[in-house]
Amino acid sequence: MKTAFSNRKYIIFAIFALVGFIYISRLFYIQLIDQSFKLSANNNVFRYITEYPARGLIYDRNGKLLVYNEAVYDLMVVPKLVKSMDTADLCKLIGINDSTFKSRIDKARQYSIYRPSFFEKQLTVETYGFLQEKLYKFSGFYVQARTVRKYPSPIAAHTLGYIGEVSPETTLKNSYYKSGDYIGISGIEKSYEEVLRGVKGVKIKMYDVFNREKGSFQNGKYDTLAEPGKNLYTTLDADLQSYGEKLMTNKIGSIVAIEPSTGEILALVSSPTYDPNLLVGRIRSENYAKLLVDDLKPLFDRALMAQYPPGSVFKLVNGLIGLQEGVLTPETRYGCGGGFSLGGGKSVGCHIHSSPNDLIHAIAISCNTYFCNVFRTIMNDKDFVNTRDSYVNWRKAVMSFGFNKKFNNDLPNELNGNIPSAEYYDKFFGVNRWSAYNIISLAIGQGEIGITPLQLANLAATIANKGYYYTPHIVKAVDKKNYVLTKYANKNYTAVDNTYFATIVEAMFQCVEMGTGRIAQLEGVEVCGKTGTAQNPHGENHSVFIAFAPKDNPKIAVSVIIENAGYGATYAAPIASLMIEKYLFRKVKRLDVEASMINANFMNVIKKKK
Amino acid sequence: MINRKNILHNTDWILVSLYFAFVLMGWLNIYAAVYNENHKSIIDMSQAYGKQLIWIGTALLIAVAILVIDQKFFTAFAYPIYGFSLLILIIVLLFGREVAGSKSWFRIGDLALQPSEFVKFTTALVLAKYLSAINIRMQDIKTKMSAFALIFVPVLFVLLQNDTGSAIVFLAFIFVLYREGLSGNVLIFGLLLSVLFFLPLLFDKLIIISVLIGIGAILFYLMRKHKKDLIALVTIIVLSVGFVYSVDYLYDHVLHPHQKQRIDVLIGKQTDLKGAGYNVNQSKIAIGSGGFMGKGYLQGTQTKYDFVPKQSTDFIFSTIGEEWGFMGSSVVIILFVILFYRILLVAERQRSVLSRIYGYGVVSIFFIHFMINIGMTLGLFPVVGIPLPFFSYGGSSLWAFTILLFVLIKFDSNRLSVS
Repeated sequence: MKTAFSNRKYIIFAIFALVGFIYISRLFYIQLIDQSFKLSANNNVFRYITEYPARGLIYDRNGKLLVYNEAVYDLMVVPKLVKSMDTADLCKLIGINDSTFKSRIDKARQYSIYRPSFFEKQLTVETYGFLQEKLYKFSGFYVQARTVRKYPSPIAAHTLGYIGEVSPETTLKNSYYKSGDYIGISGIEKSYEEVLRGVKGVKIKMYDVFNREKGSFQNGKYDTLAEPGKNLYTTLDADLQSYGEKLMTNKIGSIVAIEPSTGEILALVSSPTYDPNLLVGRIRSENYAKLLVDDLKPLFDRALMAQYPPGSVFKLVNGLIGLQEGVLTPETRYGCGGGFSLGGGKSVGCHIHSSPNDLIHAIAISCNTYFCNVFRTIMNDKDFVNTRDSYVNWRKAVMSFGFNKKFNNDLPNELNGNIPSAEYYDKFFGVNRWSAYNIISLAIGQGEIGITPLQLANLAATIANKGYYYTPHIVKAVDKKNYVLTKYANKNYTAVDNTYFATIVEAMFQCVEMGTGRIAQLEGVEVCGKTGTAQNPHGENHSVFIAFAPKDNPKIAVSVIIENAGYGATYAAPIASLMIEKYLFRKVKRLDVEASMINANFMNVIKKKK
Repeated sequence: MINRKNILHNTDWILVSLYFAFVLMGWLNIYAAVYNENHKSIIDMSQAYGKQLIWIGTALLIAVAILVIDQKFFTAFAYPIYGFSLLILIIVLLFGREVAGSKSWFRIGDLALQPSEFVKFTTALVLAKYLSAINIRMQDIKTKMSAFALIFVPVLFVLLQNDTGSAIVFLAFIFVLYREGLSGNVLIFGLLLSVLFFLPLLFDKLIIISVLIGIGAILFYLMRKHKKDLIALVTIIVLSVGFVYSVDYLYDHVLHPHQKQRIDVLIGKQTDLKGAGYNVNQSKIAIGSGGFMGKGYLQGTQTKYDFVPKQSTDFIFSTIGEEWGFMGSSVVIILFVILFYRILLVAERQRSVLSRIYGYGVVSIFFIHFMINIGMTLGLFPVVGIPLPFFSYGGSSLWAFTILLFVLIKFDSNRLSVS
């Protein structure tokens, strides 16, 4: 039936159809083009529950536990489930005030009202105990267990290192880590992170809108199991390490002990140290900040990172290179009139002793004049075109002892040390404008030279081995005690033939027997050692001593540096000797020496004695 | 002559088939929306799908009853029926039950009824009755006023019940009036108003006014020969500018906070996905994650784990989108458009003006529900709580839509016997 406005039916249907068309287009867009909704749907329903594996334990070389895991308890809250309750009671239990309580609930609410948030991290066991009894009163709160590292005895903090929450940068670089995960930040925890951490597992669970679990996704087809971290057996001797730290009480410096026949580090002491338990749990950030601003830099690992001029200890190296280059024989004698003249009224001084001396005696009594002569003959060796060439060759030989480079072992953060390059002197004095006399301080291990305590101990081990060293390392075995790493089983030979070492070993023996290191003598053991005094332009000289023992078939090589303690013989030598005694006999008989060493205090020595 | 013994004589089977198809699909999706492993039995009366079965059964009885009753009952008593429904609205205002902020529910035993759903039918009927009377011309001011009054009175009561959603539905009758001769400018004016309402919320007022005046100036230049229209143009521009300024007032003082929030969510001013925007966002996630073929019946994770609130009622379309995908949801939309087309066709073939106008009333009401409800699940419309015809869970709406449609089918079956 036609009416006046009959044609309007088309307009009306066109509007209806247009809306239908718009909706289908919209559906086309959100269902087929825009993929973000699919992801959101998965995020809604799937919860990827990470199963954290237990971190591997760390033992010493004898199977003594150094690091283990302890459960801590985090108080979690699901805001949706929180009902009216006695907030004051809860606040009192965990030691917060009312406004903190409110702000934390708000923060959790902002994150999600259905999902759990941290309310209070790492409750103490006592708090947990009290809380557990009352938890039924606090609807919406529950306690979640996690583990933190614990240290049965507070030793080897620098070496063991610590773990902490992974940084945002790391999570970007390495997809294994998610925000909030823990990662090794320093020490063994860092270098063996992948071994210790194990592999996280993931369980895919489905949840409804009320956060109620609805079972696993496809019967766990896509779930993965967590693999526990592997245990580590370090090369450390816990007793020796502990003893070393005790000896270093109130001293700044370092003790490093190495087993020469393997390169295994027996003790790695940096002083002042800190209790590794301080960097664990809820007290961590506060303590870390305190340690960081401490003037004595307790976080600084001196054993690997402090660089000292080695002083007279370096005469051993010059002696060996001299012998190798043929500019020196064990019988070579130089007289000493109280110093080595540099011309123009300048000289390198020496202390009063008998003269002249052969090589062995020169080392034993640490004659400066002798080694200035040796160094000069090395530099003026006719086999080379000029001093610079001789120097380049000498430096190469020195570096073959492991100086001026990292060992690239399993200890992170070690530093190179420094043996100045020829280019450095070219720059400093001008090309071809320097001779042995300009750099004579290298003869006696002073000047621009920098060596770390670990490198010094390695020198002792190299001499003990008569010409080679195994890369010093800190981990002996992974997983099982008898599954020993073979990575560090190669001998690193020095540029000096092994035939020349016997003389130097004898010299070191004589040093302790009748020379400057007599104080290091140990009854029943032939100790070989060398004293050193590192010049310190900032204050009192550092006391240096390296040693190994027994002379035949050495079991332990030690380096000791005590900052501001003066002559090497006074403090470094007896401490090295005590370390050797402790390691070889497991017990120290010289209690008086031990006591005087422990009681010695060099913390506040600043002024240099004039 | 008609065969009085066969009530199904001349019944439009296409509309009836569409009705059954919608109701069946509706029930299947309600079952999916409230599906729960613990209540698998389809006739579990504690669950929405179980109750909906009762509503469907009773709706069918009502449909049969309508086909049996003489159509004169509806045409002759259009005014009393309308009056009675208004009375019920007043009673509900006084004694009704408040559900979700709207005082629009009656509770009789276990049955909850929402009278405003039925008023849509009675208004469509009375409007048809009024406009089909002899000597009525849409062009007359008196006709317009009376028609608007007939629509406005129930709107007023529904607004008093705080049921904005149902009130908006009555805007549908503009299509009816338009078909019967109301100036097309009304549609354009309505569009202009809604655009002018949203623009000031999104853009700076000065920009909008500059653009308005710019457009006005161009039109002024183009229409400079038609003096009469120029006055209208200037009036419209001035009114528009005034309206732009009053939007803030309307927005701040007339709208309720939750209504403001819903508008903010729609225009993207508020992206609080945990608060006011939660429903729409979860609905979009459900539909969007359905993809092309959907996740499969009863497999929708958004649906199964209750991430979409009000899913069996206002947000039922999100279940369709998630479980049946682009295929399924497009089919539903196309079926609705087919329904609209069929009703328009049926309306236009009526000899009786009353039947035709009533047919337009029915299709307009269906359309506005369709547009607002699906638009809201797709994030194209503010959240307005009105059901999707035949799909959404709820007895009142199902009954009301059944009555609307079957009265038309009844009229249509008699189309040849009426002069």
